[in-house]
Amino acid sequence: MLAATIRVTGDIDVAEECVQDAFARALVAWPKSGIPMKAGAWLTTVARRRAIDTLRRQTSQRRVMTNFIDAPEPELPVDGDLPSVADDRLRLIFTCCHPALSPETQVALSLRLLCGLSTSEVARAFLVSESTMAARVTRGKKKISTSHIPYRVPGTNELPARVDAVLSAIHLVFTTGHTAPSGSDLMRRDLVERALDLARLLRKLLPDDAEVAGLLALIILTDARRRTRTNSEGALLLLSEQDRSLWDRDAIEEGEALVREALRVRPARRFALMAAIAALHAEARSWEETKWSEIVAIYDALLIEWPSPVVALNRSVAVGVVDGPEAGLAALSELTNDGQLLGYNYLASTRADFLRRLGRSDEARAAYEEALELSENYVERAFLTSRLNELGD
Amino acid sequence: MSEYLVLIYSDEASWENVDPASAGEMMGKMTEEHRVFGETNGAALRGGNALQPTSSATSLRRDATGKLVVTDGAFAETKEALGGYYLIEAADLDEAIAVASQVPAPYGGVEVRPIRVFD
Repeated sequence: MLAATIRVTGDIDVAEECVQDAFARALVAWPKSGIPMKAGAWLTTVARRRAIDTLRRQTSQRRVMTNFIDAPEPELPVDGDLPSVADDRLRLIFTCCHPALSPETQVALSLRLLCGLSTSEVARAFLVSESTMAARVTRGKKKISTSHIPYRVPGTNELPARVDAVLSAIHLVFTTGHTAPSGSDLMRRDLVERALDLARLLRKLLPDDAEVAGLLALIILTDARRRTRTNSEGALLLLSEQDRSLWDRDAIEEGEALVREALRVRPARRFALMAAIAALHAEARSWEETKWSEIVAIYDALLIEWPSPVVALNRSVAVGVVDGPEAGLAALSELTNDGQLLGYNYLASTRADFLRRLGRSDEARAAYEEALELSENYVERAFLTSRLNELGD
Repeated sequence: MSEYLVLIYSDEASWENVDPASAGEMMGKMTEEHRVFGETNGAALRGGNALQPTSSATSLRRDATGKLVVTDGAFAETKEALGGYYLIEAADLDEAIAVASQVPAPYGGVEVRPIRVFD
C-alpha cells in the first residue's frame, strides 16, 4: 500500500501520511458501510486519492519525481483494478537499496519501509539509539528527494548491478541476525525472519534471477541449522559438534533445489557459490564426511568472483581441514600480513584454533586473548574463554 | 528535470609524474575525450570548464576577528583536487549518473551534486 502510494506522491513522507489517513477514514466509514470485499484495494485507492489531492495543492512548492501516474480519480473499488502490487514493491526495494545511499541507510530504509519495522525496532536490531536510527532514516529519505533518486525498477542493463546491491543489503540483515555482533544471544530471530521475508519477496518478484535464487538458498540452508547452534545451556556449538538430525530437512531440500537453479547460470556468481558451500555442509552426515576438497575448490572460485578478505579467511578454515592446521595457518598469514582484517575477531579466533591444534599453546593463548578483546557477543566470548581455560597456564 | 554539478577530481601528483614527452600526448587524448563527451551528451550540458591547477588557487577566509585572510592554495588540502566541472540537466539521479560516468576522469573521479533551487 505504501509502495503504491509512493508511486503517486514521489515523496515517502507524504505517502506515509496518506496511508495513515486512509486507515483513519476506514475506521470511520467501515462501521457504517461494512468492510468492503477487497479491503486492501479500498485502502490503497483512498490513500492514492489523498496523495493526488495533496499533490494538486502543493505542486508549486514540492519537487515531484517525474514518474508519478497522473491518474483520474478512481471510483471506490469493489473489484479494484490496481497497478501490480508486486511492481510497486519492486520499485520500493530498488529505491531503498540505491547505490547512492550508504549500506547502513539501505538496510535501515528496507527494514523500515518494506518490512514495516518501527524505527525503534530497527534501532534495536542494529544496536544504535532510536534517535541515531531516526536520523539515519530521515537522512536517507532526504537524500532520495534532494538528489532525485527515481522511484523505478532499473533498466535491463543496469539490473544486474542493482540487484546485487539489494542482495547485499538483504544478506547483511541475515548475517547480522544469524550471528549477532554483540548482546547476549547468538542469534536475533527477528532479523533472520525479515531477511527471509525480503529474500522470498525478491524471489517472487524476480523468479528467473539466478543470484536471487542463490541468496534465498543460502539463507534457507544456513538457517536450517538454527536449532543446533547452541546447546541447551546456550553455549556455542561448533559445526563439528552439532547434532545434524536436528537440522531442518525440509528447508535443506528446498535450499538444495534453489542451489541447483542458481548454479545453472555460468560462471556461477557469489551467492550461488556461497549457497553451494552451505549445501555441501547440509548434505553431509558429519563434519568428517563433508566434501572438504570440493568446498576449497568452491572458495577458490568465490575468491575470483568476490576477492573479499572474509572469503579468504573462511577458505583458510577449509584448507585447514583438508591440508591440516599448518597449511591453514599459512593461508591465514597472507591475510594477517595484509592488515585488511585488523580488528576482525574471527581472524584472531581462527588463528588461535590452528595454533591450538598445532600444540603452540603460548601463541594460541595470545590469539584467543586477542579474539576476546575484539568479540562483543556474549555467547562467542564464553566459548573463547572456555578455550583459554582448556589451555591452562 | 533537475540540474546537477559534476565535479571532476584528479590526483595532480599523478599528472606531475608523467614525463614531458608523454604529457603532450596525454593532454591531446584528454581534450579529445572531453570533446567526444560534449558531443555525445550535448543535450544534457548546461556549462563546463577546466580549471587551472590548485597551485593557481587563492583562498579567502575570515579569521576570528572578522578580518579577511588571503592564502595561497586550494581551500582544503586533499589528495584529489578539483580540476574542472560540468553543469548538466537530467531527469533524475540515475540519468545524471549515466551522463557523469562518461566524463573523462583518470587519476580520480567525479562527484555528482544536485543544484539547490530556492522557490
